[in-house]
Amino acid sequence: MITLLILSEQAPSRYWQELQQEKDEAKDAGAGEGNKEPTTEEAEESKTPKQKKRKFKEKQDQNQDKKCISGKSDPFPGKARIPEDRLQKFKRKEKIKKPPHQHYKLRTMIARSEEASEMAQKQAARFDLLLPEEAGFLEGDEGEDTCLVSQEDIANAVDITSGAKHFNLKLSQFGPYRIDYSKTGRHLVIGGRKGHVACIDWQSKHLMCEINVMESVNDVKWLHSESMYAVAQKKWLYVYDSNGIELHCIRKFNDVLRMQFLPYHFLLATASATSFLQYLDVSVGKEVVAINTKTGRLDVMCQNPQNAIIHLGHPNGTVTLWSPNQKEALVKMLCHQGAVRSVAVEKNGTYMVTSGMDKKLKVYDIRAFKPLKSYFLPAGASCLSLSQRGLLSAATGDIVQVYRDVWSTPVTKPYMAHRVRGTVWGLHFCPFEDVLGVGHQDGFTSMLVPGAGEPNFDALDANPFRSAKQRQEWEVKALLEKIQPELISLDPTELGHVDRATFEQKHEDRVKALGFDPLAKVKFIPKFKKKGRSSAGRVEKRKKQVAHEDQRDIIRKAMEDKRKTEEERKNKEQKKTLLSSQKSALDRFKK
Amino acid sequence: MKVKVLSRNPDDYIRETKLDIQRVPRNYDPTLHPFEVAREYTRALNATKLERVFAKPFLASLDGHRDGVNCLAKHTTSLSTLLSGSCDGEVKVWNLSKRECVRTLQAHEGFVRGMVVRFCGTSFFTIGDDKTIKQWKMETPGYGEEEEPLHTILGKTVFTGLDHHQKEGVFATCGQQVDIWDEQRSSPIRSFTWGVDSFSSVSFNPVETELLGSCASDRSIVLYDMRESAPLKKVTNDMDYMDVIMTMRSNTLCWNPMEAYYFTCANEDYNLYTYDMRYLEKPLVVHMDHVSAVLDVDYSPTGQEFVSASFDKTIRIFPKDAGHSREVYHTKRMQHVICIKWSADSKYILSGSDEMNIRLWKANAAEKLGVLAPREREAANYSQKLKEKFQNHPQIRRIARHRHLPKSIYHQTKELRVMKDARRRKEMNVRKHSKPGAVPVVSEKEKHVVTVVK
Repeated sequence: MITLLILSEQAPSRYWQELQQEKDEAKDAGAGEGNKEPTTEEAEESKTPKQKKRKFKEKQDQNQDKKCISGKSDPFPGKARIPEDRLQKFKRKEKIKKPPHQHYKLRTMIARSEEASEMAQKQAARFDLLLPEEAGFLEGDEGEDTCLVSQEDIANAVDITSGAKHFNLKLSQFGPYRIDYSKTGRHLVIGGRKGHVACIDWQSKHLMCEINVMESVNDVKWLHSESMYAVAQKKWLYVYDSNGIELHCIRKFNDVLRMQFLPYHFLLATASATSFLQYLDVSVGKEVVAINTKTGRLDVMCQNPQNAIIHLGHPNGTVTLWSPNQKEALVKMLCHQGAVRSVAVEKNGTYMVTSGMDKKLKVYDIRAFKPLKSYFLPAGASCLSLSQRGLLSAATGDIVQVYRDVWSTPVTKPYMAHRVRGTVWGLHFCPFEDVLGVGHQDGFTSMLVPGAGEPNFDALDANPFRSAKQRQEWEVKALLEKIQPELISLDPTELGHVDRATFEQKHEDRVKALGFDPLAKVKFIPKFKKKGRSSAGRVEKRKKQVAHEDQRDIIRKAMEDKRKTEEERKNKEQKKTLLSSQKSALDRFKK
Repeated sequence: MKVKVLSRNPDDYIRETKLDIQRVPRNYDPTLHPFEVAREYTRALNATKLERVFAKPFLASLDGHRDGVNCLAKHTTSLSTLLSGSCDGEVKVWNLSKRECVRTLQAHEGFVRGMVVRFCGTSFFTIGDDKTIKQWKMETPGYGEEEEPLHTILGKTVFTGLDHHQKEGVFATCGQQVDIWDEQRSSPIRSFTWGVDSFSSVSFNPVETELLGSCASDRSIVLYDMRESAPLKKVTNDMDYMDVIMTMRSNTLCWNPMEAYYFTCANEDYNLYTYDMRYLEKPLVVHMDHVSAVLDVDYSPTGQEFVSASFDKTIRIFPKDAGHSREVYHTKRMQHVICIKWSADSKYILSGSDEMNIRLWKANAAEKLGVLAPREREAANYSQKLKEKFQNHPQIRRIARHRHLPKSIYHQTKELRVMKDARRRKEMNVRKHSKPGAVPVVSEKEKHVVTVVK
């Protein structure tokens, strides 16, 4: 009795059961509204019914297999769902549109490679869940404006190590300062207008070197690692190592005003007062190309990190795009009424932000070369910088303003603002940190900007925590896969596309040499076919012309034999009857 | 105010002690890895260059023969054993891992023409110019024992080729006719002649084991079915025998071990031809590149590639469906290569040549031999995939295809090309100036087949 009772009682409900119920309800509701984000499983369900059936069967099998010892089935059967937006993040290419008549080998090859890339995409999307860090943020209380939050408040509110990242360097003698962070974000180089250059491991505040070059300094830039940096001085370009020892003086590069380093190409691009754009290959120390832009003094420059194209801003309001492979500008865009003051390109290479003397801040879609947004800043922005997560910092006089989402939504007020002690001359977000470095008349200020940096770095690409040994290994690997300057183009994936033009040219040459087209379609030879009369068996039968020819002889023979025996039998009988009809001498004795 | 600033604990990113391996946190976000294609291309280019740098195919030379090596035989059950027969009638058994000769026997007077190991691996057969077939034990005779053949069969004519059945105690020889022998009998159980004066090689199909292919001196390739009851009949119905006659004589024939309806024959006209047994009207592929008669051919056990030996002193490796070779091996000292074998583990190639040496080569010239560490293997696989992915880029293709050739072969290749172009040009001109359709385009495949007899 008791056991029966226990059996009939329902097992206590678990948290997941409720959850599932809710989920189901939510699903139903979502289906009604039709605005829910599609998940991959749903996407899978939209496949053909045959596939669906197979999937279903597999699922069932899985369920049966995965029954626990307790007899209960797995409440979360199958693999976990991957959110669609995550999958989208790792999507490389649209699927190939299949031509109607594909060669079977090509078809399987394409299918296999697509399968592999899909698997890679899914795995990467799954792995995304395991990333350890989350991005920073700053939210005001009700009625509180985040742009009014002071740096001191933020520094006090966060942990000590993060708080220590806000600091000021008072260097009023040699300012204003240009600054640059290394690729890993650990090291900072500052260069004062009046010749003061210093390298700092800014997190530990360890001064690596400090020199005075006794000349005016126009720009400073880290090269591929923290062991070398370039300084554009009054006349020539110099390269120093992290101990402050002068390694090179490059006299081919004169009057350099701004510099950009292309880390994957090992190229240092310089823009000079004599309107030359020059490229220096730092791995071999040779000038790659010198382009006379013929546009006057070049003091506005930035690079597109996605395709290594150099953007130059000009006094006539245009922005020009350059690659080392072409002596002319790839693109010329008229962006402002007055001179262009600063240019910045987003990490993904989608958006470009420019500011000009007309006190406007404009956002362009750099892939389509279309203006998206235009803002009016009362003082006009002298320096622009974009962070890894898309925050825009603009310096207007001695005020640094940080904006969020300038390309998607119309922005009315800044996300953060901070007043520094002098006119801003250099502005740079630190990679992988929520820090904005500001070089100004009175030294250097490190600002905390929550949500600026990419939280999860890839150690094989840029590792802020790397040891000296790891750096050496990385350097070797990076040098081995240095991209040649010839490969710089507007579309960085161009190399992966099929080169149809060359193929057609080659094919033409081949046809000319051979005298006929080897790939031409073979002339259609119609097959003689009639309804139901062309099967192999029938054709064979028809070929024989006379049915059962081989058997006919045998049959004829057999018939002949039969006829003969019959005849013989008849003869015999006849003879018998004849004999019987004749009366013999002995008949007279019969009764 | 709610605020969170990125703050990483170094303990999560730096190894605890020096004995640990370094921590390498990954983030596969594509935006953190720009220039994917260009970087992969550079890696592929480097991998291709390194492949050419490390391409050192020659492993060892086995010397000891006192005359040219005329035939080689793979052991059927042991990877490290190789048998070789020379032109002075000597047979040597080699241990390949030690690279030394373990046994020498004087098998015949005159050439050793053919040699084959029985499927069980306990004995082997040799044929020679002295018109004998001899069966030998694989084991080395003990101390004091004499080298004696198990059986000796005295034939009527000289034998030129030999092959053993895959499963039964039956073997086939060829000479003036093709003979099928039972191991227990001293006379052939069957003989095939087609009015052909002599055959140069005979080979059993590895899968359809009763099928036989042979190359005859009248430029034909003949296929037989052993099960057919009526021998010595020129024209019989269906599968009993099929015959392709080509423009020049084929020297050797080798069946594809995986797709056994394909076979490749080495021809005197510098080419190799792969045929489909079911469709002999024209070859599937014409393999060109040699500049002199091709003497021997052997398939890799994977059936994807084969290796050919030529009179032009080179060895070439062809993919089974490619018209040109992927690899060419030569040395200064190697003379006409007479026989070639691909080892049963598909890693090595063995060649026997005129100047008394047997040479051991790697099948993949740049491959690293021995046990690979997991990381090494991963790197090798990755670079292999990259090379495959970018193989059609002109720069990479140029480097991957580049081979150094001896001067004579280089010039001969050039000369042949000139001759071929001239012939093509003339044909084109003739076609241009004659009635349309009067001079039809004959493809390279169709050119070399004269007729097919069934």
